[in-house]
Amino acid sequence: MESGPVDLGGFYGTVDIHLELEERLAKFTGREEAIIYSYGFATISSAIPAYSKRRDIIFCDEGVCFAVQKGLAASRSKIKYFRHNDMDHLEQLLEEQLKLDKKNPAKEKVTRKFIVAEALYMNHGDLCPLPKLVEFRNRYRTPIFLEESLSFGVLGEHGRGATEHWGLKPGDVDLICASLETAMGSTGGFCAGKSYVVDHQRLSGIGYCFSASMPPMLAAASIKGLDIMEGSPQIFSQLRDKAVAMRRLLRGTPGLRVCGESVNPVIHLQLACPSSSRDTDDELLERVARECIDSGVAVVVAKYLKEELKLPPASLRVTVCVELSEDELEKAAKVIKTAAAKHIL
Amino acid sequence: MRIIISACSVVRDPRATPKPLLQQSSWSSLWHLEAETSEAMSNGSAGSRPPDMTNPGRPRAQESFPEPPLMKAVFTHLSYGILILLGHVCDFLRKLGMKRDPYTEALKNEDLFKMNLDFEMFFTRNIYRRIRDCWNRPIASAPGAYTDLVDRVSDDCNWTFRYTGTKTNCLNLGSYNYLGFAENTGPCADAAYQSTLDYGAGTCSPARELGTLDVHKKLEALVARFVGKPAALVFGMGFATNSMNIPALMGKGCLIVSNELNHASIVTGAKLSGATVKVFKHNSVKSLEAILRRAVTDGQPRTHRPWRKILILVEGVYSMEGSLAPLPEIVQLKKKYKAYVYLDEAHSIGAMGPTGRGVCEYWGVDPADIDIMMGTFTKSFGAAGGYIAANQDVINYLRGASHSTTYAASVPAPVAQQIITSMTIIMGDDGTKEGEKRVAQLLDNSRYFRQRLTEMNFIVYGNEDSPVVPILLYEPGKVTSFSRELLKKKIAVVVVGFPATSIVEARARICLSASHTRDMLDYALKEINEVGDLLLLKK
Repeated sequence: MESGPVDLGGFYGTVDIHLELEERLAKFTGREEAIIYSYGFATISSAIPAYSKRRDIIFCDEGVCFAVQKGLAASRSKIKYFRHNDMDHLEQLLEEQLKLDKKNPAKEKVTRKFIVAEALYMNHGDLCPLPKLVEFRNRYRTPIFLEESLSFGVLGEHGRGATEHWGLKPGDVDLICASLETAMGSTGGFCAGKSYVVDHQRLSGIGYCFSASMPPMLAAASIKGLDIMEGSPQIFSQLRDKAVAMRRLLRGTPGLRVCGESVNPVIHLQLACPSSSRDTDDELLERVARECIDSGVAVVVAKYLKEELKLPPASLRVTVCVELSEDELEKAAKVIKTAAAKHIL
Repeated sequence: MRIIISACSVVRDPRATPKPLLQQSSWSSLWHLEAETSEAMSNGSAGSRPPDMTNPGRPRAQESFPEPPLMKAVFTHLSYGILILLGHVCDFLRKLGMKRDPYTEALKNEDLFKMNLDFEMFFTRNIYRRIRDCWNRPIASAPGAYTDLVDRVSDDCNWTFRYTGTKTNCLNLGSYNYLGFAENTGPCADAAYQSTLDYGAGTCSPARELGTLDVHKKLEALVARFVGKPAALVFGMGFATNSMNIPALMGKGCLIVSNELNHASIVTGAKLSGATVKVFKHNSVKSLEAILRRAVTDGQPRTHRPWRKILILVEGVYSMEGSLAPLPEIVQLKKKYKAYVYLDEAHSIGAMGPTGRGVCEYWGVDPADIDIMMGTFTKSFGAAGGYIAANQDVINYLRGASHSTTYAASVPAPVAQQIITSMTIIMGDDGTKEGEKRVAQLLDNSRYFRQRLTEMNFIVYGNEDSPVVPILLYEPGKVTSFSRELLKKKIAVVVVGFPATSIVEARARICLSASHTRDMLDYALKEINEVGDLLLLKK
């Protein structure tokens, strides 16, 4: 099995192992069909413009990650942002749109509407209230696109993601997109949903049509990852327990506060008292990160570009891996606290 | 004023002060293009013709794009007309409930996605679906000179496929395997295997965070040396190399002048950048110069301030046309009008030039004259991902400003190792002549195949030296028959039609490879000749 693709998916670039991976991912997430992309970032940023065009409307959370923002920009649709996780604001926007639709039913017939959100926000670390979104989806007949890069392989009893976590049916969320570069430890990404929905991307998803397919070796790595996930379902609750434990250990870090949902293994440590200069904050956190690395604990300062819609606060990002033992987590927390104490206070 | 400026090509236009390529002003002092006097540029045509690098006495390779014959154009439009009419009839029958197929099920939930609204969906279910067995054919082996195609049949007119469980070994004329590195044995595979043991599969981190490995540093240095630029940066996806870096280099107040047939990734990058985009006719130096002249004299719309930067986006080899960008002329133009050039060598790196260094080597253009050189590793290196090579300051800037280095996972280690090993072989640094042999074999194959097809009276597009050989088919019915008839003869070809090409110019796109032997090509030519006679494809 070679490590490179040599063609577009449509032109002899689809290897049987890709088909196997798509089938396995569809089965794992409980959906009819899945489509795989060769690059995690390209997944959601190609999926959104495949369905939503210039005259359509997208209701999107303000706190979405950069990949989603690029997907929105590429779609050229009218974007209505609602305040981060503020369901009342979203309801207000949907109601306003409903009123406009009633006034102009001819226009409503030719306008598509979508809701875009992340199951577990990359930039903020918190959960999106999916049941409420599903309620809006049914009430306002607006399909949901859910970005699940951080929740796939993390949330849910069997790691199937946000739908399982919230006890919803797979059909309640129309399209999920997730990167295989996070929990899966491989490369690429996938979208999953109903057949006729997902199949549309095979001709309209530009990151799929105009790009070479995933290297077969890395598709094989993902299949093996799925084998492990299906064979050892206890790892998900173990991971979440370790995330909770790490957050508890990091509480009280001098100058930093722990942010995000407790079960999220991606922990943002934001500055308790940020300065007025973003560059100064970033440099300070870089010094803390450098100190931690020198002491044998690799943490990073979360990197963003100034083009972000809403630049998230400067933070140190600590990611918990299920293979770390309790001792290792304690040692790591100690190192981070020492480094923070040295540089921040 | 306009007349004075256009007539005096030797005079530097004071309004066209070179602006830095990089957006941050701290780098601006490093970018000053010298004003060049150009004698033979007043009519926009080339000065001296660059020699053929493999044979200095040989004249410049010919490019041909014959116009479609009138009757073919008429029949093609008629075919599409009939198909569209038939499509409407089918949709009508579906609405009445007289026609049941998988689509009618989907219609029940149609108020959610409203996918019916665009012509795209109509085209997909009524036209594309009927012939979609010609595409997305799965393979079950490495895509070398021969590849195993997974057999599939459809019992419901291509709505769904059933795999029969068997495979067919076919001659592969469709994969971009230019130098034959799509192998699962040999030094590249061994090195990639070892790399997986050392580093794992994915890097799980963007390059700016914890995603930069020592193998990436090694790869970047090698790529820079290969293309002849001071520095390079690598990315995990070829498409994303364009779509995520062009926006980092260009912004509002900048002008992008793009070839009309540029790849979707370049178009996406240009759109997302927020710059103004103007399109010039494919490979037309006159059209390009007209736009540049207008840009320099008129400046930005409304304010008439000079453009902050002007970037010319071209590709080395155009994969649908088989044509080459006229690089020497473009470089002369860019020097005259103080613009920058971004060269996408996705299909030419490794495949063109005596030592596979791309179109710069082919044309004899100094890489220093091309401001940004971009390429992908998917075609000639049997890997994945892309690179950008430029001056050190541009690379330093991109390392911090690229969307890819900040948010997307970096190149997986085994893929990076595959590129290093294949690139080392091509350069001859492994101590063998294998690389040289492959590059020469590819050129020989390309010329032979194209020449034989032309002798057989097929209508073939593109440059004599390009490894991409498009055979024009025109009518949609012939597109599918060509693909299916050749598959019966165990030859896998790629056919492309509307909307990927213009409505009249549907084609079969043959990709030659260094791993094709003369016997394989002769077999393919014999079969293509028979199918060509059967389908009346010849002139």
